[in-house]
Amino acid sequence: MINVLRKGWRPASVLLLLFIAWELAVNLAEVPAWLLPPPTDIVQEAISGWEGFRFHLQSTVMLSLLGFAIGTGIGLLTAVTLHLLPFIRESVYPILILSQNVPIIVLAPLLVVWFGFGLLPKLIVITLVCFFPITVAALDGFRQTPDEFKHYMLMAGASKGQLFWKLELPYSLPSLFSGLKISATYSVMGAVISEWLGAKAGIGVYMTLASSSFRTDRVFVAIFAIMLLSLLFFGGILLAERLLIKWKSRESAVK
Amino acid sequence: MIQLSVEHLTKSFDTNQVLNNLSFHVNVGEFVSILGPSGSGKSTIFNLIGGMLLPDEGSIILGGEKIDGKRGSISYMPQTPSLLPWRTILQNVLLGQELKGETDSQTARKMLQKAGLGDYENAYPHELSGGMKQRAAFIRALLSPQPIILLDEPFSALDELTRLEMQKWLLDIWSEHKPTILFVTHSIEEAIYLSDRILILSSKPAKVTQEYNVPFNRPRMEELFLDENFLACKRNIHHALKNQ
Ligand SMILES: Nc1ncnc2c1ncn2[C@@H]1O[C@H](COP(=O)(O)OP(=O)(O)OP(=O)(O)O)[C@@H](O)[C@H]1O
Ligand SMILES: [Mg+2]
Repeated sequence: MINVLRKGWRPASVLLLLFIAWELAVNLAEVPAWLLPPPTDIVQEAISGWEGFRFHLQSTVMLSLLGFAIGTGIGLLTAVTLHLLPFIRESVYPILILSQNVPIIVLAPLLVVWFGFGLLPKLIVITLVCFFPITVAALDGFRQTPDEFKHYMLMAGASKGQLFWKLELPYSLPSLFSGLKISATYSVMGAVISEWLGAKAGIGVYMTLASSSFRTDRVFVAIFAIMLLSLLFFGGILLAERLLIKWKSRESAVK
Repeated sequence: MIQLSVEHLTKSFDTNQVLNNLSFHVNVGEFVSILGPSGSGKSTIFNLIGGMLLPDEGSIILGGEKIDGKRGSISYMPQTPSLLPWRTILQNVLLGQELKGETDSQTARKMLQKAGLGDYENAYPHELSGGMKQRAAFIRALLSPQPIILLDEPFSALDELTRLEMQKWLLDIWSEHKPTILFVTHSIEEAIYLSDRILILSSKPAKVTQEYNVPFNRPRMEELFLDENFLACKRNIHHALKNQ
């Protein structure tokens, strides 16, 4: 916690300076609020509109969490399958990379055409953006397991399952967590994009309504909410990493 | 009684013949060293015995049973300690048992204590010195349930003083538990100091050119290194290695 404060004060003060400059510039140049509202307006709107916004926020949080969980599950499953079945890896891995080149913005409306406005197309969007970083990170981790460890384990009679559970999986955890951090932040973006497609609630919906009625202050409330949410997700993963990979943090502390 | 016997082993990698008709045996409770120049195929012999490779010809028999290509029949200590960084020392030394079945943490704790690692039971490998890691790796091999331990140049990465200390420690622990050991080294002194019997290997392709019974009684003290007979012994083996 002290560490967070010690490391956090610098970016925090930069951010504060930025907001002050923004406030002054908007006031001095008399920019109309629908074009660019000053930060104080945004804060005011965030407080006064909280009751209306909370409902959207909740919906997005739930959607992101659910999508992230499913994306993580599928990402891990894909990684394990590709790792244990090299034959499938060779044929499927290039296709996975291709799947990341399909622009989500284009794919999303199609998903609505195919699956309607329900939960399913939204989860598909989030899963699509979430699973890939996890699959790549986990696969890398599995494959980078040092030969000396593998050689020992095999000489000592480890079965393929033991090799995976006792060596490759724990070895890949640090790498896996870098993937999880990326996916966690992507999941919020994915959720918002999927809400643009049409939903009853969510930050995406709130944003669309706000921008079509020129409530720029509300758009900014939404933007900051998304940033904060991503940061929180990231922090959550960081915490889980600290708890799960104790040996690593102690290792770097010694060095 | 013979514990391990290697019979007429031949192995090539493509056109590179590494072993040719190699035969030797290790008796129960015996400490046998394999001495040979670098690249002569010592690790290859271990990989064959450990079932990582299949021999082109010949067979490997452990306790009367053929173990060609059967992994996990022997206990192994590699050149690098290969302790898993996310496991504590106690969890690491239990790994060999864990892979084969039941673990016995009580005995493991006792052995760690005796090896001066009692305080490091719950430490992670990176908190230990090189010598301590090798001790933990040896205890892991000793605790493993297999009837023979293969050690592949376990002390070659250590500094001179630590190596000497480790050799003494290994002798102590060997005389206490009397495990059957097959030990690879390219240090003549190490081989004489530790073993009952030394197999001298020629290179390209490897064959046992000479077998040498070490004449010194146990327990062996450090002073042995300066003994005249020890030096004579060293000279003999040196010649044998040179003149092949
Ligand atoms: N998997 C392999 N594929 C091809 N060639 C190999 C393989 N393993 C070993 N060799 C070759 O076999 C020969 C003997 O290698 P090995 O590692 O057994 O020697 P060594 O006696 O253990 O050497 P050192 O003392 O340096 O450890 C070398 O020429 C090496 O190139
Ligand atoms: Mg070798």
